[in-house]
Amino acid sequence: MKANRHGEGMLGGFRRNARLLFRNLLDSVVRHGPVDTDQGRAEIMNQNFFLHIFPVSVHKNTLRFGYTLGLGVIAFVLFLILVVGGIVLMFYYVPATDQAYQRMKDLEFVVSNGNLLRNIHRWAAHGMVAAVFLHMCRVFYTGSFRPPREFNWVVGVVLFFLTLLLSFTGYLLPWDQLAFWAITVGTNIMSYFPFVGKEMRYLLLGGNEVGQEALIRFYVLHVAILPVLLLAVLGVHFWRIRKDGGLSRPEEDASPSAPVPLPAAESGAEVFPPDTRKTYGLMELVRGRTPMVDRGPEDTLMAWPHLVFRLLTLSILTLTAFMILSLLVGAPLKDIANPQFPENPAKAPWYFLALQELVSYSAFVGGVFIPFLTLVALMVIPYIDRESTGTGVWFHSPRGRRIAWLAGLSTTAVVSLLLFLQIRTGGMRGLYPDAPQWLVDVINPASLLLLYLIVFFFVTGYVTDSLREASVGLFTGFVTALTTLTIVGVYLRGPNWEFFWFWQSWPVP
Amino acid sequence: MRRRHFLSQVGWGSFWTTVAAMFAGLARTLYPNALYEPSRRYKIGFPSDFPAGSVTARPEERLFVYNNPGEGIHAISAVCTHLGCVVNRTNEGFFCPCHGSRFDASGRVKAGPAPRPLSWYRVSLAFDGQLVVDANEEVKPGTKFRL
Repeated sequence: MKANRHGEGMLGGFRRNARLLFRNLLDSVVRHGPVDTDQGRAEIMNQNFFLHIFPVSVHKNTLRFGYTLGLGVIAFVLFLILVVGGIVLMFYYVPATDQAYQRMKDLEFVVSNGNLLRNIHRWAAHGMVAAVFLHMCRVFYTGSFRPPREFNWVVGVVLFFLTLLLSFTGYLLPWDQLAFWAITVGTNIMSYFPFVGKEMRYLLLGGNEVGQEALIRFYVLHVAILPVLLLAVLGVHFWRIRKDGGLSRPEEDASPSAPVPLPAAESGAEVFPPDTRKTYGLMELVRGRTPMVDRGPEDTLMAWPHLVFRLLTLSILTLTAFMILSLLVGAPLKDIANPQFPENPAKAPWYFLALQELVSYSAFVGGVFIPFLTLVALMVIPYIDRESTGTGVWFHSPRGRRIAWLAGLSTTAVVSLLLFLQIRTGGMRGLYPDAPQWLVDVINPASLLLLYLIVFFFVTGYVTDSLREASVGLFTGFVTALTTLTIVGVYLRGPNWEFFWFWQSWPVP
Repeated sequence: MRRRHFLSQVGWGSFWTTVAAMFAGLARTLYPNALYEPSRRYKIGFPSDFPAGSVTARPEERLFVYNNPGEGIHAISAVCTHLGCVVNRTNEGFFCPCHGSRFDASGRVKAGPAPRPLSWYRVSLAFDGQLVVDANEEVKPGTKFRL
């Protein structure tokens, strides 16, 4: 019998390996050392598949909650909740017009935790729309789309659009009154798209009428095409953050010279001290400035634990918050779809009510032209505003902050005035009962609001001679208009889309 | 043009053409050739079911049928020309609950975003004596069917 390197025979080796089986298995799975040294903390980030999308060390500004507000992370956590919960919901849901609504009732009353799961899927979808939008605002107001990050902003706008589409296709599936009339209105808005609108509607509905074919199409979009697309684009979004040098940060933080103490919570330790001997082996292959000479490299902290534990904390906080919300508040479910009558009023979820208000002025201008223009305008922001000052500073400068206030207040006033005139006069048709349709399309609150924002942009730009500050004004005007119109849609519109004050009760039909 | 440049363009061109053709084929599959939707020619009953001076709502067919004494019968679509919601009828006319369009009793737009008046459909008589409304065929507002 041959002895192995431990001097044991075959049986001895078997006993030894069997005894160490679990240990060896663990060692082969977890390959990093203990995390009680910086070596180990670097290894775990590098060797763990799930952690290796993060850098080994991150700049201290990246961890500043007041800078990011954690919005991107919250949006991603909500997406994970939606994917995991959504897959379980798929086991019970049937995309058939004669079954879908009953399946909702099953989830509500029969399936264990079904109601909770449906609630959290709905509320997390609301939350994701809000979080993605607020994340976009954060990135805009801190000027984080500057080169080299300009394309990642475009990717982000695409992600925002995909989030809206996922949410829209999702609330069509219960086949309740909201679902049926939202498909009807949504696909009809699409048919106003020039040239290809009618064909797009036919393709999306799988025919001319809202029915079984439409339901299965929206189902496949919701559970397969859109999530996969979003995940792929999200991958690009995350990857680009790394390639663009992590999150943006203010200028003064970009070139530190002295060691910076850790935030108060982790007092006692120090961040990486400046190290003038640090070199980069890949310097000939990477773009950007050469390795710093006579200066400390970065004000960085080890990602493990500083970044990873913050992410985990934010994740469980998000999950807990939405769990509590879902235990307390049920997701809306209207009556079963009735193709003969819509509800009165028939309101979309809050994040589409600004759009519903806009199409109530003109289907083409409010439903196609302005949304399309807004998307294009959002995408080109980083190619128009290419100034380099004030990156990483909220609202760019004190003057930028004042312009944001001015834009916010004046846009609120303009929206209120336009709404007042529209309701008082009945709009173009109220003034001139025989007004042709093109006049109704050209002169209405939606188009006048757009005109105001464009004028505001150029006047601010002329006065301040700063594209950045003009953009701050325009973006703030856009956000304010969206918010004001949403409030009008949610609280101030009643049956037949008529105007009612908060305190006025709706007439009983 | 250099030969290697030409060959490179041929290569890339054929690659992208293949990809585009594949997706075009997939998209074509999603474009239905046959529809299994109900007919839009509705048989709505005998003329005697619609007494003179009456207005009958036909929610299934999304129609309002009028019998105007001495003038004949006409049918108005209940589908709003704005974004397709079904309108409610009152004595003054029609109201859309979704975006606030209003129409007078003959379907003309009075207020709101609707771009066109409500459709009037062709009314005719079937061989068995029942009235037929053809929702595929619009007629000029004011056109009435005399028995």
